[in-house]
Amino acid sequence: MHLVYPLVLAVLLFGIGLYGVLARRNAILVLMSIELMLNAVNVNLVAFDMYLRDTLHAGQALTLFVITIAAAEIGLGLAIVLMVFRNRATADIPDLRELAEHKEGSV
Amino acid sequence: MNLAAAEHGFLSPTGAEIAFVLIGLVVLGSALLVVTTRQVVHAALWLVVTLGGLAAEYLLLTAEFIAWVQVLIYVGAVVVLLLFGLMLTKAPIGYSEPADRAARIPAATVALGATATLVTVIVDAFRTAYLHLGDDTVGTTKVTGESLFKVWVLPFEVLSVLLLAALIGAVVLSRSRARARSDRKD
Amino acid sequence: MTVAAATACALPALAALFGLLFGRRVRPVLIAVPAGLAATVLTIVVAAGIGDDVRESAVRLTPTGALDITLGLRVDGLAALSAVLVTVVALLVQVYSAAYLREDPRYSSYAALVSLFTAAMLLVVYTGDLIVLLVGWEVMGVCSYFLIGHHWETEAARSASIKAFVVTKLGDVPFLIGILVLAAGADSFRIRDVLAAVPEGGAGWVTAGTLLLLGGVAGKSAQVPLQTWLPDAMAGPTPVSALIHAATMVAAGAYLVARLYPAFLAAHPTLIVLAVMAAATMIGSALAALAQEDLKRVLAWSTVGQLAYMTGGLAVGGRDAAVFHLLAHGAFKALLFLGAGVLIHVAGTGALAGMGGLRRRAPIAFWTMTAGLAALAGVPPFSGFFSKEAVLGAAEHTAGGHGSVPAVAGWLVLVAGLLTAALTAAYATRVWLRVFFGPTREAAPGAEVPAHADAADYGEPGRGGGEAPAAMVWPLVVLAVPTVLFGFLAFPGLPSLGGELGYDELTPHPATTVSALIALALGAGTVVAAWRRDPAADPARVLGPVRGPALRGFDVDGLYAALVVTPVRLAAKAARFTDGAVIDTYVKGAARSAWLLGGGIRRGQNGNTRLYLTGLFAGVVVLALAVAVGS
Repeated sequence: MHLVYPLVLAVLLFGIGLYGVLARRNAILVLMSIELMLNAVNVNLVAFDMYLRDTLHAGQALTLFVITIAAAEIGLGLAIVLMVFRNRATADIPDLRELAEHKEGSV
Repeated sequence: MNLAAAEHGFLSPTGAEIAFVLIGLVVLGSALLVVTTRQVVHAALWLVVTLGGLAAEYLLLTAEFIAWVQVLIYVGAVVVLLLFGLMLTKAPIGYSEPADRAARIPAATVALGATATLVTVIVDAFRTAYLHLGDDTVGTTKVTGESLFKVWVLPFEVLSVLLLAALIGAVVLSRSRARARSDRKD
Repeated sequence: MTVAAATACALPALAALFGLLFGRRVRPVLIAVPAGLAATVLTIVVAAGIGDDVRESAVRLTPTGALDITLGLRVDGLAALSAVLVTVVALLVQVYSAAYLREDPRYSSYAALVSLFTAAMLLVVYTGDLIVLLVGWEVMGVCSYFLIGHHWETEAARSASIKAFVVTKLGDVPFLIGILVLAAGADSFRIRDVLAAVPEGGAGWVTAGTLLLLGGVAGKSAQVPLQTWLPDAMAGPTPVSALIHAATMVAAGAYLVARLYPAFLAAHPTLIVLAVMAAATMIGSALAALAQEDLKRVLAWSTVGQLAYMTGGLAVGGRDAAVFHLLAHGAFKALLFLGAGVLIHVAGTGALAGMGGLRRRAPIAFWTMTAGLAALAGVPPFSGFFSKEAVLGAAEHTAGGHGSVPAVAGWLVLVAGLLTAALTAAYATRVWLRVFFGPTREAAPGAEVPAHADAADYGEPGRGGGEAPAAMVWPLVVLAVPTVLFGFLAFPGLPSLGGELGYDELTPHPATTVSALIALALGAGTVVAAWRRDPAADPARVLGPVRGPALRGFDVDGLYAALVVTPVRLAAKAARFTDGAVIDTYVKGAARSAWLLGGGIRRGQNGNTRLYLTGLFAGVVVLALAVAVGS
């Protein structure tokens, strides 16, 4: 198999994930997009592991670690999103504008 | 390299390559739906398709163990968690996210720019590289497990601590919320 | 020997320190007078023992890397005699002040400052290092500033003190540069080394250095063109005028020239400049003194003139003559000022118009001041006669082409000196007649107290009462002794001045004696004649049209205002306009553009995290593109 196939797949998946992170309003959907980006990285890792015939299987081990961290991240992320939702009754990121310079009319 | 490129041309794809490309198209299409669909629950379901497709791609890359872990954790756990999250944020089944055109154009520009750059660079660098998939024992549970517990045991243990911390963190976040609510009742 | 000299320097400094610290608890007199007495005794011991020796001792201060600065003393006959003058006058002034300023609330700081001044003056006199001399020189300037401003409640005292400070500092700038030039040329700050390094026939650096030093001399000794501060400095208390602005500090300029005399003697251009300066100062100040309406201002202008005699004597190679005049003048001018203090105390005013007939009311002051005025005018056998004779003799000697000094300097000083002798006699006579003789005059009702007068001097008792406290009268008597007798030292000469330089004969010569006596008779006779004709009128009217300008010091202040102040004001205005209209535009433009830029960027801070993130990634992509394209 040509190495280009999995690599291009990974790049495209990453680009889609990036678009999702930047374009979506709902925080949970943003989290999903982040998962897409992480999976793109995983594809890369596995492909290179196979390509380089790594005797330590570093690529696969790192893939497993990334999956684990992604699970932890999604757990914490959801907890935070839920807390935000309880406090503000919204999970839409553009509505959370506490960091803005305060003017009349801004939340 | 030149030899490999000469042996394996792009115009005479193997069966595995054809399967990889087809599944890849499914993955990309469903991923695109994840980030574009207006129905949030649909997005979660399309995510299942994407992740499942990726598991198949791992199988094609002979990373057997990774593929099953992908199915178990992502499709099994993470998506369920996300669905719970959607429900808890009271997103109805038919909830459609409001259109946000203003954000889409810059987002698409940035994403397209990044993709184009990366594709150009990667194709330029790896167009002759060839992946020999003859040996299908490198991705088995036995081999992965051995390397994981022989070579990578320390990061593995550290990671388990991280998971524990994340668990405690999630518990604390939800508990403080519960206590705050009970305080308010008093 | 040098230890005694160093102790003499240190004692008044310690007294000043104690006086400033404990002046409110201990009576200031008990600190200042014993210290002054001890210093006087020490300086007399030093002077008696020094003979023709030159004693040096020096401690090197921290290494400076280039030229070392040494804390050292260089005691020779000149220094020893000058130190005696300083300490004696300072002691008498301290005693006098104890009575004069008895009621003054700031007497303790006054006494401490006078002590500090004494220490600084002794440092200037004794030191063997030019930088240390500069330190003492500036400390004197500061003490002068504070003491002129003693009555700082009055506007006149404040402006006079600032004027004195600024004008003398104006001279001190070239002075400092001159010291550096000399030190650079001689590769040492020590006076001994500088004098040893002066080459035969002079050199460029010697001429440049001494010319620059003349700036400081002119400032300190109130010579043309920096003379205007001294008459205004009379706003200080009278004892201060006696000590600082008559006997000692103003003489420091002449003393400095005498101290560095071999260097000056090797620089003929400097001597000619000095002679021109002295000649102009003599005549101008004598005319001004003749026209003044205030006793202290007359004395101030006469001080300027007598200092010009000293610098003139130095200009013609007569160092010993100049020093002789310095010492004699120190005694009789201190006497005159202290006497003036008594007269002001008695008459209640400093204006000549308010005095008259004081002969009977202040007999001791009358006799002593008669001696002082006679010495000032150069009446034989008082000390001023001999010392002035010595200066004129030196001038005549040089004018005759003897010695190494240019003859033109001799002629200048000789002619100006004789003319000034006549004028000096005239104004001394005028003061003597108007103060002590004639009808007893009260200050005209509502007459303005002269603006420069110190408040303590006026309106206080004494009017109709006794002469003055004993502590004020006895110093006059003490000072009258050298005023009368000091001149006779001229016959054996001042043995310990070590005068192998230039003209060192102090004994009067027939030619100059006769011409000086003729000048004296002319000057005094004119005034007496005018007085005879109309005792009520001011003999100063003989000046005719010159009188008005002379009264105003020939409007030098106005000249300065036109030449310096107005252009500087205009330049300041222009600078201010440039700053406001041009430079500020740039500054404000920079601020405005930063503000606008910030306003633009501020719009991005809308709290939308997605926008931030988009910007972040866009930046990453741009960077990645740059790397990808660039490689």
